[in-house]
Amino acid sequence: MTASNADRTPGRKAGSGGTALTLLAWLIGIAMFFPIFWVVLTALKTEQTAFSMTPTFIFSPTLESFRSALAQGSGYWHYALNSVITAFGSTLVGLALAIPAAYAMAFFPSRRTDFTLVWMVSTKFIPAVGVLIPVFLVYRSLGLIDTRLGLTMLFTAMNLPIMVWMVYSYFRDIPIDIIEAASIDGAGTAQTMFRVILPLALPGLASTGLLALILAWNESFWSLTMTDYHAATLAVYTASFKSGEGLFWARLSAASVLTIAPIVVLGWFAQRQMVRGLTFGAVK
Amino acid sequence: MSASPTDASPGKRAPTKRLMAPSVLFLLVWMIVPLAMTLYYSFQDYNLMMPDMRGFAGGLSYELLFTDPVFWDALLNTLLLVATCLLVTVVAGLALALLFNRTFVGRGIARTLAISPFFVMPVVTGLIWKYMLLDPVYGLFSWVMRSIGLEPVQWLSSYPLLSVVMMISWEWTPFALLILLTGLQSLPEDQLEAVRLDGANRWQEFRHIVLPHLGQVLYVVIMLESIFFLTSFAEIYATTSGGPGTATTNLPYYIYLSAFFQYDIGLSSAAAIGAVVLANIFAIFLIRFVAGNLNAGSQR
Amino acid sequence: MAIVELKNVAKRYDSMPGKKGAEHANAVEDFNLTTKDGEFVVLVGPSGCGKSTTMRMIAGLEHNTAGEIRINGQDVSSVEPRDRDIAMVFQSYALYPHMSVYHNMAFALELKKTPKEEVKQRVQEAARILDIEHLLDRKPRALSGGQRQRVALGRALVRQPQVFLMDEPLSNLDARLRVGMRAEITRLHRRLGVTTFYVTHDQTEAMTMGQRIVVMRDGRIQQVDTPYNLYERPVNRFVAGFIGTPSMNFLQADHHGDGLGGQGFSCPLGPRLQAALGEGGQRSSCWLGIRPEHLHQVEESSGRGRLEGVIEVIEPLGPVTMVQVRVGDTLVTAQLAAHLDVEIGDTLGLAFDPDQVHLFDIESDQALGLEPDSAASSTQATA
Ligand SMILES: Nc1ncnc2c1ncn2[C@@H]1O[C@H](COP(=O)(O)OP(=O)(O)O)[C@@H](O)[C@H]1O
Ligand SMILES: [Mg+2]
Repeated sequence: MTASNADRTPGRKAGSGGTALTLLAWLIGIAMFFPIFWVVLTALKTEQTAFSMTPTFIFSPTLESFRSALAQGSGYWHYALNSVITAFGSTLVGLALAIPAAYAMAFFPSRRTDFTLVWMVSTKFIPAVGVLIPVFLVYRSLGLIDTRLGLTMLFTAMNLPIMVWMVYSYFRDIPIDIIEAASIDGAGTAQTMFRVILPLALPGLASTGLLALILAWNESFWSLTMTDYHAATLAVYTASFKSGEGLFWARLSAASVLTIAPIVVLGWFAQRQMVRGLTFGAVK
Repeated sequence: MSASPTDASPGKRAPTKRLMAPSVLFLLVWMIVPLAMTLYYSFQDYNLMMPDMRGFAGGLSYELLFTDPVFWDALLNTLLLVATCLLVTVVAGLALALLFNRTFVGRGIARTLAISPFFVMPVVTGLIWKYMLLDPVYGLFSWVMRSIGLEPVQWLSSYPLLSVVMMISWEWTPFALLILLTGLQSLPEDQLEAVRLDGANRWQEFRHIVLPHLGQVLYVVIMLESIFFLTSFAEIYATTSGGPGTATTNLPYYIYLSAFFQYDIGLSSAAAIGAVVLANIFAIFLIRFVAGNLNAGSQR
Repeated sequence: MAIVELKNVAKRYDSMPGKKGAEHANAVEDFNLTTKDGEFVVLVGPSGCGKSTTMRMIAGLEHNTAGEIRINGQDVSSVEPRDRDIAMVFQSYALYPHMSVYHNMAFALELKKTPKEEVKQRVQEAARILDIEHLLDRKPRALSGGQRQRVALGRALVRQPQVFLMDEPLSNLDARLRVGMRAEITRLHRRLGVTTFYVTHDQTEAMTMGQRIVVMRDGRIQQVDTPYNLYERPVNRFVAGFIGTPSMNFLQADHHGDGLGGQGFSCPLGPRLQAALGEGGQRSSCWLGIRPEHLHQVEESSGRGRLEGVIEVIEPLGPVTMVQVRVGDTLVTAQLAAHLDVEIGDTLGLAFDPDQVHLFDIESDQALGLEPDSAASSTQATA
């Protein structure tokens, strides 16, 4: 071992030998981000500059591709609207279902609570392909194929287990004494819920919603299999570039940027919450 | 269970059942019932092209499935994909987590940059890699190889599975990084101080303190990633469409093809049951973990 | 204005951890108590003896599984906590973290749709009494422990309830604040005259605050009495040992001829002790209880009890010095004068007044020779 004592002090301050590691960390950060940066850059090029054997880094940027991606005929707005409706819709429905369930399990546990909770979480591990065929057949006979409602419900089912778990663990963080204090102060179930529990769990509910939103927005399996046009989301829109149109790189990039930007930015803010939601409380 | 307010209100019990029913019903209708139907269809002779010729088929679909070489290819591809992606993301994620656990200038920004790929929609990931990075003529990788005097590689046709592994790892290494980093940061400083006072060197410190502390976290990372990797779809859909040949056809893609292109409900249902069984092998471990966590948490 | 009655109240939890299989695993058993209007009742006992459970049953946070609870004559078993007109101060304070101090205190009144003006006036009045007027806009997070404690009290105060319940409200404060708040709560009670149940595991707190004290152990009442009576006439060895610091010393004594004694000690029997010993048949042995403050360093005197042993511990506390002496197998604690001319290892002889000793049955641990009237009024359970 050759590590100098200097950089072994608590807190791991970057010491003399640390400069190289710092540089490395930055390089890796930039390298990981580079494909995203590159798409943004390409989106600002003309099609000619975008599609060349030698990449250009210096060029006069143009919003032309964004303009054409957002133009009336491109359909971007149609898909974006569907993404917004299904992502927000499934998040809201999910919260509306998860909050009461988590409330009951966190504050009025019974012998079956643990089982129910584990069962709910375990449904998350049924792969989508495992239910694809019946869902498709039933949706077809009910006329739910290619509807926003049908897709929203699928997104909800996909996220509900995680949402219940997250809301449950946020509720569990509220000391039971406070709930009891409220009931002694004269609050009924609804008053306790709306005036004590929800305000206290608000940050947790927000991060639950954020996570659900991100997961639903990025979902592609159900969008690609259950929709054609009417309810198709941005996942379907970008996937349509996968053949022929892929030759228009600047437009493809502009469309990609428009698709991922909102969620990548949201993700930056929700980093920590993602951890809690995705690891079922193993890491806080 | 500690102070359970089950009997908190003497008058009436909380309407626990009514509050939980919507969620339970929802998951029953959208997950459990379809799962049962999949099982049922897998024993049916049912092709959407010939909807009138339905009937009980016994284990015929499974027989067909097991004799279909494409299915075995798909299964092998799935396992290969899961294993390679796991290896790459966990090793790289752990290395990066250690790297980012130091305090340095702009750490927050560098970390945010590094984890950004995780938030990119998988379809977009596929497109970015397929065209802008891996294109044999115009892609960035090819340009780099030409610049250093090498022959450009036909990534998607020569090394299709490797290409898919690269995409998925790019998306998921950030996940491993994020979670392992959080795990590292929850390591109490005094434990490290104690072991340093005991004269441990860096490796011993890592081996005897850091790694055991990360044990649970690593477990979760591996289990969750396996479950997501088992169901990879969009990256393949957007790039190789399962090809060339069956080189990148994994189980989900196989099921998708047999349902939507061969209209064979019986066969695809049988394959779906296979996928569920496979997922459950992994899920059981994770669910045991979640249940254990619950009990630990109940001492509130 | 409230009289609280508990009749044969018992509580059994569905899941009693660690007590599985035990026959009488009730958290509270056969609890009988009737308060006077405006009385300050203290529940005291070691941790886990069922104090909180009793309190929570009065509040309605737990069902009693047997018996009945009446407030002003009305059976409250089917009354929700929020309709019982009771205020409670929690050990953890249980302040609403998202509300300002003002809203914490106003919450209950707002729920009752009290007119805004009146809410404001009552909150301000309570804040003035507790000297927290300057904190009204703060969130609980921004308060010190002592300030939070006051807010918790204030929240109960503004309610002007029929009954106050306080569950170890001072146990999270440091020792000095605790003494101050103790006096303040007593003062508040005197001023408001609201019937109050106060839970503590600290016998000093109980003795200084309670008008009547309920001593509990393993879910059962041991004795209900005034502080003075608890100290002077404990009904059994448990109460005798629990009340008073340092604890009463117990020596196993044999009865021979005109005295009680054992290895290293002896005690002459006056008529009182004679009678006590003879209670319910002749005994050849009993427990002899002597409080540390009743042991004196006196050279020689007749008619007194004596004990002798080797000094093992000397603790100078300033005004007094605690000395522990090995008498036979027992370590006896004595509270002696500040300036002592002894050292560890010395043999020390101590004297005590036979009128100040307590006798307990060797098997049942029950006190012997209590005057019938006090015994009848205050004794209840057996160990
Ligand atoms: N919710 C509960 N479930 C099961 N047992 C409990 C519960 N609450 C308290 N107990 C048990 O009841 C007994 C009395 O508890 P408690 O009233 O809290 O004691 P105290 O307040 O005197 O310390 C203890 O043995 C405790 O373990
Ligand atoms: Mg208690």
